[in-house]
Amino acid sequence: MVYLTRKAEFSASHYYHSPEFSAEENRRIFGKCNNPNGHGHNYTLEVTVKGEVDPRSGFVVDLKQLKEIMHREVLDAMDHRFLNKEVPEFMTKIPTTENIAIAVWQRLQPKLNQAQLHRVRVYETPDLFVDFYGEA
Amino acid sequence: MRAHLTRRYRFSASHRLHSPEMSDAENVTTYGKCNNPHGHGHNYALEVTVSGPVDATTGMVCNLVDLDACVEREVLCRYHLENLNTRKEFAVTVPTTENLCIEIFEILQRSFSHAHLERVRLEETMMNSFEYTGDNGPPW
Repeated sequence: MVYLTRKAEFSASHYYHSPEFSAEENRRIFGKCNNPNGHGHNYTLEVTVKGEVDPRSGFVVDLKQLKEIMHREVLDAMDHRFLNKEVPEFMTKIPTTENIAIAVWQRLQPKLNQAQLHRVRVYETPDLFVDFYGEA
Repeated sequence: MRAHLTRRYRFSASHRLHSPEMSDAENVTTYGKCNNPHGHGHNYALEVTVSGPVDATTGMVCNLVDLDACVEREVLCRYHLENLNTRKEFAVTVPTTENLCIEIFEILQRSFSHAHLERVRLEETMMNSFEYTGDNGPPW
């Protein structure tokens, strides 16, 4: 089994707010991240797939295809967007790094047929990242 | 949905690698320049990985405020700008980064209860890093 990781970057804004909390609870739990005008990050996305190496091509997966899938399914939707207002998943879920990682997984997994999706890693900052392995 | 969250921290500390169970000559052979009697220092990078279900309301595995407060109180205050060899936990145990990793894992396992502790990773320099996962099995 060989693991292959492709990186991409996207820049987006977001804020944290739950309609289930009062205004005061939102401010207490989320602090400055609750500012409704939002704030931004340069996110780094790492998509790791796994599979056996094809004996003819020497590939686990065609990287060109993987890159196109990542652009079409994730980056075009999230890059240079205000996540809460422009990405459907984040109209009902808070765009925390956890929920972004899960959303990326759910967008990519059905579209990958050459190799199996192993892990989605999303860096919100260089010092904070979330891994999602598809665990329910 | 279960996710794994990793946060990085930094602290600076000095140490000397020397085992009382070895002769001076063995210590020099084993540890090389790290056996210098005056010690030397590192800017350590610490990664703490916790896991758990993503809360349906907050969208979080745990609140970073809680994780940061625990790591600050239990680890950074303990080791930042310290000489590791002067700490009681390293009075007998050599403060290699392996042993420091294990010690930090055990400290956090006792003191952080908001999510499951998966892994502690320490970068000693840009070239060396160490990971300890306790009973969790391999890192991935």
